[in-house]
Amino acid sequence: MNLVMAVEEAYRKDMTEFNVGDTVRVSVKVIEGDKERIQPFDGVVIAKRGGSTRETFTVRKISFGIGVERIFPLFSPSIHKIDVLKRGDVRRAKLYYLRGKKGKAAKVKEKERVFEQKRTQSE
Amino acid sequence: MVGIVGKKLGMTQIYREDGRAYPVTVIEAGPCCVIQVKTIEKDGYEAVKLGFIESKEKKINKPEAGMFKKAGIKLYRILREFRTGGLAVGDFVTVEKFAKGDKVDVSGVSKGKGFQGVMKRHNFSGGPASHGSTFYRAPGSIGASSYPSRVWKNQKLPGHMGSERVTVKNIEVVEVKAEQNLLLVMGAVPGANGTIVEIKKEK
Repeated sequence: MNLVMAVEEAYRKDMTEFNVGDTVRVSVKVIEGDKERIQPFDGVVIAKRGGSTRETFTVRKISFGIGVERIFPLFSPSIHKIDVLKRGDVRRAKLYYLRGKKGKAAKVKEKERVFEQKRTQSE
Repeated sequence: MVGIVGKKLGMTQIYREDGRAYPVTVIEAGPCCVIQVKTIEKDGYEAVKLGFIESKEKKINKPEAGMFKKAGIKLYRILREFRTGGLAVGDFVTVEKFAKGDKVDVSGVSKGKGFQGVMKRHNFSGGPASHGSTFYRAPGSIGASSYPSRVWKNQKLPGHMGSERVTVKNIEVVEVKAEQNLLLVMGAVPGANGTIVEIKKEK
């Protein structure tokens, strides 16, 4: 199996670190005819699954009052870049409970930045 | 024709230029040593016998050991014959004989499924699951009555499934990693991980 993993490693690239609960902006390359442009998709990461280069993540957003979810392969060449807009403070690995909630109830608590800084100092 | 023996290592996915993920099987193929060359004059047909994965002396029986001794080469555990020519005893067949974009046929022994019913084995549709039905997964009628008064040959019935030689044809070679002796082919190939497979390329 190690040789299979070696094959996968060749397709790995440096991606922005993010976790479930974070609000991200995924810049997706869209091909229209023979032109290529970049389209952003903003939302909350509600799930991450798979390992190695097979990893995917699900981003959920509310678009004109309708919930939209998109599943992206993490190492897909069509992802231009991923920006983390907010760090979320969540206790679960999968935030599927957000699907049943609306408005304020569907909000993810933001991680306190002070705490994050303290921890990095002590380490 | 080019033939090589390999070992299925497992499946993964890779991204290609179009930005999409494709399923691929990783096969460790070769290097295979030519042990014997069969000719039309001597054997009635043209072929080469290839050896794959080196073996120990105590693991090989005497008739086979004699064959290796005659050829004057190392001992190999797995032997396969390919209908091809143009090779001499002692030559090595490596993955370098294959290139990206080649179409190949891959043969191997499929995973054993044991004794299976007709729905899994022959894709019968079965009966309704509810509404008072008691006809669930049974084969149903297997023939007419007074004529032929017997069951036709090759009637599809439950039985042993899998563990048979299967060939997938015309699959694309996605990548060749010569330094690691790896071949990446598109899609699935028969057998579990670790199965010995034969890869053929028609010219």
